[in-house]
Amino acid sequence: MKSSVIIFPGSNCDRDMDVALKKFGFKNTMVWHNDDKLPKSDLIVLPGGFSYGDYLRCGSIAGKSKIINSVIDFAKTGGLVLGICNGFQILTETGLLPGVLLQNKNIEFICKNVFVKINDKNNKYFNKINKEILELHIAHNEGNYFCTNDELKMLEDNDLVAVSYCDEKGEVNEKSNPNGALQNIAGIFNKEKNILGMMPHPERMIDKYLSGEDGSIFFKNLINNIK
Amino acid sequence: MLVNEKIAIEHGLKSDEYKKICQLLKRTPNITELGIFSAMWNEHCSYKSSRRHLKNLHTKGKKVIQGPGENAGVIDIGDDDAIVFKIESHNHPSFIEPYQGAATGVGGIMRDVFTMGARPIANLNSIHFGSPQHKKTKNLLRGVVKGIGGYGNCIGVPTIAGQTSFDESYNGNILVNAMTLGLVNKKKIFYSKAAGINKPVIYVGSKTGRDGIHGASMASAVFDDKIEEKKPTVQVGDPFTEKLLLEACLELMADDSIISIQDMGAAGLTSSSVEMASKGKLGIELNLNKVPCREEKMNPYEIMLSESQERMLIVLENGKEEKAKKIFDKWDLDFAIIGKTTNSKKIELYFDDKKVCDIPVDFLAENAPVYDRKWKKIKLPQSIKFKKQDFKALKIEDCLKKLLSHPNICDKQWIWDQYDHTVMGDTIQKPGGDSGVVRIHGTSKAVAASVDSSALYCFAHPLSGGKQIVCESWRNLISVGSEPIAITNCLNFGNPEKEKNMGEFVECVQGISEASKYLDFPVVSGNVSFYNETKDKGIKPTPSIGGVGIIKDYKNMISMGLKNSGNIVLVIGKTIGHLEQSIFAREILSEKKGPPPEINLFNEKNNGLTVLKMINENLVESCHDISLGGILVAISKMCIKSKKGFKLNQLKGLVNKFEYFFGEDQARYLIEISKENLPKVDKILKQNSVHYDELGSVIDKNIELSDEIKLSIDDLEKNYKNWLRRYMLN
Repeated sequence: MKSSVIIFPGSNCDRDMDVALKKFGFKNTMVWHNDDKLPKSDLIVLPGGFSYGDYLRCGSIAGKSKIINSVIDFAKTGGLVLGICNGFQILTETGLLPGVLLQNKNIEFICKNVFVKINDKNNKYFNKINKEILELHIAHNEGNYFCTNDELKMLEDNDLVAVSYCDEKGEVNEKSNPNGALQNIAGIFNKEKNILGMMPHPERMIDKYLSGEDGSIFFKNLINNIK
Repeated sequence: MLVNEKIAIEHGLKSDEYKKICQLLKRTPNITELGIFSAMWNEHCSYKSSRRHLKNLHTKGKKVIQGPGENAGVIDIGDDDAIVFKIESHNHPSFIEPYQGAATGVGGIMRDVFTMGARPIANLNSIHFGSPQHKKTKNLLRGVVKGIGGYGNCIGVPTIAGQTSFDESYNGNILVNAMTLGLVNKKKIFYSKAAGINKPVIYVGSKTGRDGIHGASMASAVFDDKIEEKKPTVQVGDPFTEKLLLEACLELMADDSIISIQDMGAAGLTSSSVEMASKGKLGIELNLNKVPCREEKMNPYEIMLSESQERMLIVLENGKEEKAKKIFDKWDLDFAIIGKTTNSKKIELYFDDKKVCDIPVDFLAENAPVYDRKWKKIKLPQSIKFKKQDFKALKIEDCLKKLLSHPNICDKQWIWDQYDHTVMGDTIQKPGGDSGVVRIHGTSKAVAASVDSSALYCFAHPLSGGKQIVCESWRNLISVGSEPIAITNCLNFGNPEKEKNMGEFVECVQGISEASKYLDFPVVSGNVSFYNETKDKGIKPTPSIGGVGIIKDYKNMISMGLKNSGNIVLVIGKTIGHLEQSIFAREILSEKKGPPPEINLFNEKNNGLTVLKMINENLVESCHDISLGGILVAISKMCIKSKKGFKLNQLKGLVNKFEYFFGEDQARYLIEISKENLPKVDKILKQNSVHYDELGSVIDKNIELSDEIKLSIDDLEKNYKNWLRRYMLN
């Protein structure tokens, strides 16, 4: 299985993602933002970081970069596009996903482990995953998901809220919401569910000596679903 | 503008220093030249008060590749890998503008590290604030934490450990010390020494603006009421540009294009060019019209003294200009050939076709003044005899709770939650432990790092205090199972022109030197920050020590959380019950006098190496060094970390429980071992003549001080964890 990770100036989780993808069997290529063509891929990843310094708005300049047109074309033909953290912000800026990521409610950067509940398994990312709750890691300043009432209705009616912040037992409540996100939304799909944007970083949880191992479950499952 | 003595004094030079400049030049300097002299001869750049004492530091060791004098120190960690590291202060700017001051402090120290060819892999910091009740403290703390996070998080380097303290002596002068570790192949280390004549001198990075002019001079003066007016001398950081600069420099460093490289830190283009020329015994000629400027009509004086951030000066091999330019173009960074190396041994600057500076390099570097300042020896304070009735009304459990919620002991998670501590995917010990630990990517090795200071001990008796911090750093590294290798020091002191402050400096340095020599724990880099004084009130002497250790197989790393019920915990090292200068004495008994705990370097080394031996033989399940607050605070933290309980043995022959539980005797550790391993452990400890007590055993819940007194871990956790968060929310 082939994957590509896009490097924008200011990306800083590109290497971590490369390490994770390779560890679970992807043949990964790093792609520079100024290239105009994507290599043949089964999965495109927009990694975390501070693309273009997050100037103007998080992800906004990356959303207009040269490579992004190829990413949009790829996504529109059903290709799998995964955006993590800044990658999620970029996806909302391109319009591939609805809504925006606002500054965290407590106006502080947050770096910690959180639990997310998987809401929908009828997609390539979570199909057959043998867990309902994942412990993942967040590290962001703008992860507070927000959208219009119509958009929220559309997301909910079509089962497009991929993952929601919850507690250890799976309760989705205000206490388990780290950043003020609408309805505890941690990640969403597009209508066709080939695009997933989420704030948590599965690539930081891929061996037992790190913060945890639930990222491994995510990647193993993903590659099995693509095969 | 004609230069005279008055203008020289306004530049922070002393009258006789100005006379010396005129004598050396055999003429009056022009304003640009005066600016350059003032920048190079100030305390911050010239180390004129500290230099003769720093020579006494212990700086050599088998694993030292580069000691003090370069951008950072370098140690060998085997298999061609080397760690580049340094700690540096950014105190003065952070007090004036906490966010930018702290952010550019982090940016500056990371540049020092990647200038040497190393990719930064971990950041640490040591930050000190005034009394929590002081009106400025909360905002300064908030701003500094945001600044450190804002810069480090954006670059994508994990912040893995730190230290925060509060003391009224920092009310008018907070301390912000930032430390970075980088990883480099030991055959590909870059130095600042220029070599070869007619080699192109390249400017890369951000454009030059008017920010930070005289920043280094500001850092060499005491503060007064008009301090807020100095805001324009604080630099403004742009971590995004630094990230690009980091990637571009590392890309260029992959081959052999670079002869020498130096970041433009304090005193900007002035100190970077002088340093390169001075080390290479060469001259440098620059055309200042070629320097990329972001403001209009900047004059040579401003260009040379600007401390705009994210800039580097490089001497390239001839013919490599095009290739280098391509890399910097790719990363959208400025690239300009601004001059060349010469054999004149002078700094010669041109602007609008006129020569605006002509100074022999030696005048700026080697001939810079060196002072033998007067200093006062500080005697060991007399011991205090505590009486039985001092303790009569006290309950152990109340004292423990009070200490756990003390600002200098309590949990600092509110701070480190705001630092990205997991990016790069190799952080195996997060902040909050004895040391932070990151793996060397793709290998079985890991590095541990810790930063420590003990201003109260240093204030009471600088010589003991200096030794103590080195020992504490050593213990923190051993407690995670790493072999301590070397240290970096950030020497924060008051006004060196005062005999008492200078004495504190001299004797702390002596203490650091003695301990690091005895422990074979050399100093490889560091900096000095004097004049931490506002309106005649100086800080307590606060040297910070950043220690680095190596773990050969990261799977053997140790953490402080208790592991298994039924295990026993030993106190390694002798407990006498030294209460003077302890946090217990200050907070509970309101006694601030007396000597700090005695440092016995033999015991320190012997106990530490013995604990490390037991860790390496897989006998130890958890470990924590005993420091501030003593045994009971230490075991409580181990319980809180893992939500385990602990039952204390009833210790026989104990004269005074308070002294035993809260004394801050040195060279001690708590280790958790299984019962089956006790005979083996006992044998090793006896063979090495290490004293130990059996403190008690791990249970499922509660700390049981006796059959009657049981403290719930949740309750203790609240005391430990709530103070800072509540303080910041209110």
